[in-house]
Amino acid sequence: MQSRNKVVASFAEAVADIVDGSSIMIGGFGPGTPHNLIKALYEKAPKHLTLILNTAGAGSGGSGTGRVSINDLLEARLVCKVVMAFTASTHPSRTSILEELEEAGEVEAELVPQGTLAERIRAGGAGIPAFYTPTAVGTELAAGKEHREFNGRTYLMEEAITADYAFVRAWHADEFGNLSYKGSERNFNPIMATAARTTIVETEDVLPIGSFEPEQVHTSGIYVQRLIKIPPDGILHVSTPFARAVPEKPGGN
Amino acid sequence: MAEKLRLTRDMMAARTAAEFQDGWIANLGVGMPTMCSDFLPADRFIVLHSENGLIGYGRAASVQEAGPYVVNAGVLPVLLQDYAAILHHADAFGVIRGGRLDVGVLGAYEVAANGDFANWKTAVGKPGGGIGGAMDIAACAQRIFIMMEHTLRDGRPRLLKQCNLPVTARGVVKLVMTDLGLFEPAGDGFRILEIAPSFTVDDVAALTGAPLEASPDLREVQLS
Repeated sequence: MQSRNKVVASFAEAVADIVDGSSIMIGGFGPGTPHNLIKALYEKAPKHLTLILNTAGAGSGGSGTGRVSINDLLEARLVCKVVMAFTASTHPSRTSILEELEEAGEVEAELVPQGTLAERIRAGGAGIPAFYTPTAVGTELAAGKEHREFNGRTYLMEEAITADYAFVRAWHADEFGNLSYKGSERNFNPIMATAARTTIVETEDVLPIGSFEPEQVHTSGIYVQRLIKIPPDGILHVSTPFARAVPEKPGGN
Repeated sequence: MAEKLRLTRDMMAARTAAEFQDGWIANLGVGMPTMCSDFLPADRFIVLHSENGLIGYGRAASVQEAGPYVVNAGVLPVLLQDYAAILHHADAFGVIRGGRLDVGVLGAYEVAANGDFANWKTAVGKPGGGIGGAMDIAACAQRIFIMMEHTLRDGRPRLLKQCNLPVTARGVVKLVMTDLGLFEPAGDGFRILEIAPSFTVDDVAALTGAPLEASPDLREVQLS
């Protein structure tokens, strides 16, 4: 029997069943950002979303670029909670839309160290409910968390995260949903693909089954529910380096 | 008093990179620390790691040169070395938590004499912040070097007895490179190891928010 067809015809169809209150993981760290799915989500406009990703700057590019950023989803009041490694600008003179909405009590922002965020997602996909990390011990973020000592060192317990959907960008897919990532577009994508109930993938090409050597598969198709090939008028790459997408650290003017 | 010349960012990056030892795996934070990649000692083999999964990246490049697929933790295009490998994000932090980083170079708003530092929140009580990978690196790298300007724009010190801002990690800073010199946290105060030319220890002490002692081997900042 042939593999079930996972290829959908349009980005609108890819996100059609996302309802109010859904939780969505969104991959990307510059390369690997599923720009077209973010745009389709913005157009479908479900509300009370929980978004799990690195930063609200993801996908930013300014007007006229055709790109929709997480900040645009926030501006449109589609989001009630974010779980991210950057929830505020580290530049004292800048205030983001997320900071404004958080101060107004309209959005809950859970700030998570990036490695803890990645591991919570990995654990979510791997069936591990919680783990211990030394990260953030002795900081504000440790408040209220279980502390435990192993071999003379103190660790914090962190719980796994899963989501209703993951938006993933891959380089190539085959029709089974096996994925291959190019360069650093891998980042959060493979772990998010494992941690969501429905993983939706945008990719540069959908190849026939058998096109990959099994060793070249970075994400197995068992984790992928929907595939869409980025059309010629879609967003393929961000053509300019967007250093501003990740807030600058102090010391870097 | 005539305005004395502070060290440039290039000088700070060159001096910091000169501390890297042969065979080290280094993670360079966004902003000024990234500039260390332009000044790696030519006689030593140093592997650069970034939070988004690169192991063995090289210098910054244009998108035309590097292509659209490879960026460092500052989301800037970089070239890969011949020996490079690319991991996913959770594995990239496994490298960090697993203790494989010989050094993490980070920026900071404040460093305390006991080795605490703060770099994720610009004001006490403000919601949220920008942590990125800094807390993981700070907690798990073998040593943390800080690169920062010695004072705020209004002249207030950023080397302090204790941090006023929420800390990133406690007691981890081994070396602080500022535009006035090279320092070690020494418990109750800082020890100055190398000083910017044209500054005296008294000049620097007046701009430091904790006691400052001069190393017996104090010298001008060494730039090869």
